Formats: sequence, structure tokens, C-alpha cells
Amino acid sequence: MTKEQIIKPENLVYKRTKLLTDKVMHYCPGCGHGTAHRMVMEVVDEMGIQAETIGVAPVGCSVFAYDYMNIDMQEAAHGRAPALATAIKRLMPEKYVFTYQGDGDLAAIGTAETIHACNRGENIVIIFINNGIYGMTGGQMAPTTLPGMKASTCPYGRDPKIMGNPLKITELVATLPGTCFVTRHSVHTPANVRKTKRAIRKGFELSYAKKGVSFIEIVSNCNSGWKMTPVQANKWMEENMFPFYPLGDIKVPAE
Amino acid sequence: MKELRLMKGNDAIAEAAIRCGADGYFGYPITPQSEVLEYLMAQKPYETTGMVVLQAESEVAAINMVYGGASCGKKCMTSSSSPGISLKQEGISYIAGAELPCLIVNVVRGGPGLGTIQPSQGDYFQATKGGGHGDYRLIVLAPASVQEMSDFVSLGFELAFKYRNPAMILSDGVIGQMMEKVELQETKPRWTKEEIVKISPWATTGKTSDRERNIITSLDLDPSRQEKHVMKLDRKYKEIEANEVRFEKINCDDAEYLFVAFGSSARICQKSMDIAREKGIKVGLLRPITLWPFPSKPLFELAGQVKGMLTVEMNLGQMVEDVRLAVDGKVRVEHYGRVGGIIPTPDEIVEVLETKIIGG
Ligand SMILES: Cc1ncc(C[n+]2csc(CCOP(=O)(O)OP(=O)(O)O)c2C)c(N)n1
Ligand code: SF4
Repeated sequence: MTKEQIIKPENLVYKRTKLLTDKVMHYCPGCGHGTAHRMVMEVVDEMGIQAETIGVAPVGCSVFAYDYMNIDMQEAAHGRAPALATAIKRLMPEKYVFTYQGDGDLAAIGTAETIHACNRGENIVIIFINNGIYGMTGGQMAPTTLPGMKASTCPYGRDPKIMGNPLKITELVATLPGTCFVTRHSVHTPANVRKTKRAIRKGFELSYAKKGVSFIEIVSNCNSGWKMTPVQANKWMEENMFPFYPLGDIKVPAE
Repeated sequence: MKELRLMKGNDAIAEAAIRCGADGYFGYPITPQSEVLEYLMAQKPYETTGMVVLQAESEVAAINMVYGGASCGKKCMTSSSSPGISLKQEGISYIAGAELPCLIVNVVRGGPGLGTIQPSQGDYFQATKGGGHGDYRLIVLAPASVQEMSDFVSLGFELAFKYRNPAMILSDGVIGQMMEKVELQETKPRWTKEEIVKISPWATTGKTSDRERNIITSLDLDPSRQEKHVMKLDRKYKEIEANEVRFEKINCDDAEYLFVAFGSSARICQKSMDIAREKGIKVGLLRPITLWPFPSKPLFELAGQVKGMLTVEMNLGQMVEDVRLAVDGKVRVEHYGRVGGIIPTPDEIVEVLETKIIGG
């Protein structure tokens, strides 16, 4: 196909997301954060809920999520996003409220806030980016770091005997009555991106319908922290992360 | 119609919150202030005014709920006691950095650590000098009666919204637990969505097509912009210092000596003052109502008049540092304090005045 043929509307498979700002993202090339941002904003755009959506940004590489998403947003302290989201949704029940959090944010310092918001059944969406490492602070071990996986604070690989076991927080929150939809996805191939987007939309709809917390984990990469090229990182993720963190729905509401 | 009631200090705070149109209360139980949450839960304001009341999983969560709610332009508050307030310091620093209005109540107990559940004024430093990280200030109101517990809720919110800064009521276990007559304010309606947009155009109420998106954050990695932000905060604090100093002077006109005390200590000093005056000792009392901004100017003026000052505090000597700074060496300032939850008696205070200040 020529360029002229490709840009014809009927051939257009992808266009720029309206609700992303013009700011150039600071993420490392190949990092999943950018795609995950885009999926959240595409859902908000397609649902036509820009004026109804409040996002809560985490501490971590996506600390500047609010620079890229063209909606009202709040910056939480490390791990506290579910507490902020709880209050926002309770005080403005007519809004769509979501948090966007990394594994350090959600499954380490913010474990209590995560578990309790999920257990209370707050009508919010939690987008959880699990890259198995602390990206922002330079590649330290996360609660989700795999056994044997290297990080700057476990340079010989995570030894569960010394450093404890990786935490499957998503499986854990699925056991709580307050969660309505718990699912795990990735954004490393176009097909997976589409599935992730459908899950995010479903999450927004379910939580708006007062069904409780929608918890959407996105298993992602951290090329910099993992010290790999983007292509190597995605391959490593498929071979090592997915067996431990299998993709797919963990909890879906009864029809 | 204003209403008279006999109430516990903690209950008065809770009732005042409902009546002043608060939108949200987020708390976690700790003695001696759990009645605030208990009273609110019993009153069910979510059925009458629509106020949200929630028992959080921790003080950390509670203050971060306040952070989220305050970001939406809502009147949000929390209350706790010393160890709980320590946990809230993270959130308080963020709220101050993000320039948000909210109300925090500290019904102080003795510390450090788990300490005691008895009253104390040991959190003066924490309240007035920071407590959380970074350069910030809280507006700190020190009630000395159940009436003030009630009145300072609306005053605290008013100042917090005026300056977009957290305000704190620094009370203690005596005032939180004692019962007194209190005149309650009339119930004001909560702000409507339209009013919130007007009063707080910065609030995250949902990005509409007629404005840019609203972002609430305390983060700016660019040092020059961060410095500008901190200097802007500093200008605001100077403005608060110029406009919002509140204090009470009793028997100061002819005073040769001065008690300086806040909260329940000031109540005790009133009795000490009566005892001393009966003995012919002309002593007055200056009671700071705002602990920050501190009434330095009136103290400096009195320093030229009196022969000595005695601060009476339920701590090892915290406010005394601010009094000494205020008088700038013009007069001798001593401290008397009891700790561990022990409340000084009026007689022992007079004795200290006689030995340490008059005879000293
Ligand atoms: C209270 C507190 N502790 C520690 C930090 C430092 N810190 C910033 S980001 C981060 C880890 C973030 O990791 P993760 O949530 O996995 O996100 P990622 O960067 O991998 O996207 C840490 C420990 C902080 N900002 N605040
Ligand atoms: S450090 Fe890792 S998580 Fe952070 S932007 Fe780079 S690749 Fe992404």
C-alpha cells in the first residue's frame, strides 16, 4: 500500500488519542507505561466521560501521568492513591474515578490502602502496572520481583529464603468481596493492547454501575531496570513473567 | 436559632462539623478523641446533610482521604491524637505542599511513643514547627473551652479556605473529655457543585470544555520552579502572620508579672491568677489562641511592662522557646510544666511564680 492509500479513513486502524496532551512522554523507549496511558485515555474518550473522570497518579515512573492525560488529576503520596480515590468517589459519586499505580506503589508501601479500598468495595477502577521492579528509583527489588530475578537490591537474584516471596496481590484482591472484576493483561502486542482496552472499559462501566472495585493488572516491562533492549524485555516477560502472572480474567461478575 | 447544649469537647467538634456544612470526615479511633467518629456515626449526617463519614483503615489512609476530598474543593476533616497525628504527618505535608484547605484536629495525649492516654501539650513543636517534611506551616488554633472546640471548627475551615492551607485545632485530653455548656451555630447547608467551582476553581471537579485540566500536586522536579513554589508558600505564611494572630489578654493592664499559657493550661492559670492577686501579686495572663501565627508582638510589648514571664505548659518547655524569641531578651522568661499526663494545680503554679520569677 502507498502512504496515500494508508491514510484514507477506511484504512485507518490507529490514530492519535485525543485525550493525551502534546507533552512528550518521559518514559524509556519500549516501556509499557505509555501504551497503558493511551489505553486509559482512549476508553475515557470513547465513553465521552472526560468531564466526569478524575484520575489519581502514583509515585513511580508514572508520577507524571497527569502531564499526559487531559483530565482532572491528583497526585497521591507513594501508595496512597486508593485512599484518595475512596474519598473522591464518595464525595462525588457521579464521577468515574481511577488510580494508576506501579507494583511498588500498590503492592509494597500501599498494600493496606489497596486491600482496604478493595475490601470496602469502593466504586473505583485500579490500573496496576506490574513490571516486577522499581523503575523510577533505579531498579530495586519490588514485591513482585520473581525468584532469581536480579535487581539493584538483589544483585544476585531474588532469593525467597532471604528476601521473601513475590506477592500475587491481584489474586489476593480477587478473594475480597469488594472487588467485582479482577483481570490481568499486557500491552506488548497489538492483540493484547486491544484486550487490555476492552478490560479497562469494562472496569469503568462496572465500577460506575456501583459493582465495586475493578482491578486491572497490566504485566509490563522495564527495559531499563531489567537491563534489556525493548525486544529482549518483551520476550523475557513472555517467558518468565507470564508463567508466574498468567494473563486472563481472575474474577468476573456474574451475568 | 442558636442552641445551648451541655456537651463533651469531642462531641462539640463533631456537631460543629455537621452544622458548618462539612462534606467529609475521615478518621481512625484513638483515645482520647474517638468520640468524634462515634458521635458522627451515631448522628448519621449522611442522611441529613449528605456529609460522608468513614472509618479508615489507618490514620495514614484517613489523612489521604482528606487529601483526595480536599482536592475536589470539599470541606474535609480528620481528627486524631498524638501517635495518630504522627502518622498523618506525611499527608499533612502533601496537603500543605499542594495548597489545599482542610481541618485536622489533634486531641493531644502524653508521649513520646505510645505514652499515655492522659492529656498533654507535648505536640506543640510538632504542630507549630512542622512535623512533616519540608518548609510549611499549619494554622494552629488552641481552644481553651468546649465552646471554642465548637467555634474553631468553622473558623478553622474559614481560614483554611481563605489561605488554601491546612488548619489544625490543637486541643488536649482535658478539653476533649470535659463537659461544658456550648452554644451551637445554626446549621449551614453544604456548598453546591456550582458554589465549589466558584469558590475553588482549582478543584478537580472534572475537566469541562471551558477550562484547562486541573492538576493537584506537590511535585516539581525543576529546582527553580520548586524554589518559586516554596517562596510563594512563604509569602502566604507572611500574610497569615500579618492578619490572623489571635490571643486573649486577661488582667494585663496593671500586670507586673505575666503567665503565658494556651488551652487547658490557660484555664488553670486563670485560677492561679486569682489566687496570686488575692495575695497582692499583680499577675496577668496572655493566652495565645493561634499558636501559629504566634502572638509575638503583644508579648514583646508586654515585655517592656512586666518584670518576668512564666509559661505554663503540659510539656517540658516548648512554647517557652517562642515566648523567648518574641521578647528578644527584654525580660526573663521561665517555664513550668508537668508531663506524663499530670495536670499542674493552680497552687503549684503560684508557688513557682513566687520562687522562680518573683524571688528568683
Ligand atoms: C514515602 C516514599 N518512599 C519512597 C519513595 C521513593 N520511590 C519513588 S518511586 C518508588 C518505586 C516505584 O516503583 P513502582 O511503583 O513499581 O513504579 P515504577 O517506577 O516501576 O513504574 C520509590 C520507592 C517515595 N517517593 N516516597
Ligand atoms: S525505568 Fe522502567 S518503568 Fe520507568 S520508564 Fe523506564 S522502562 Fe519504564
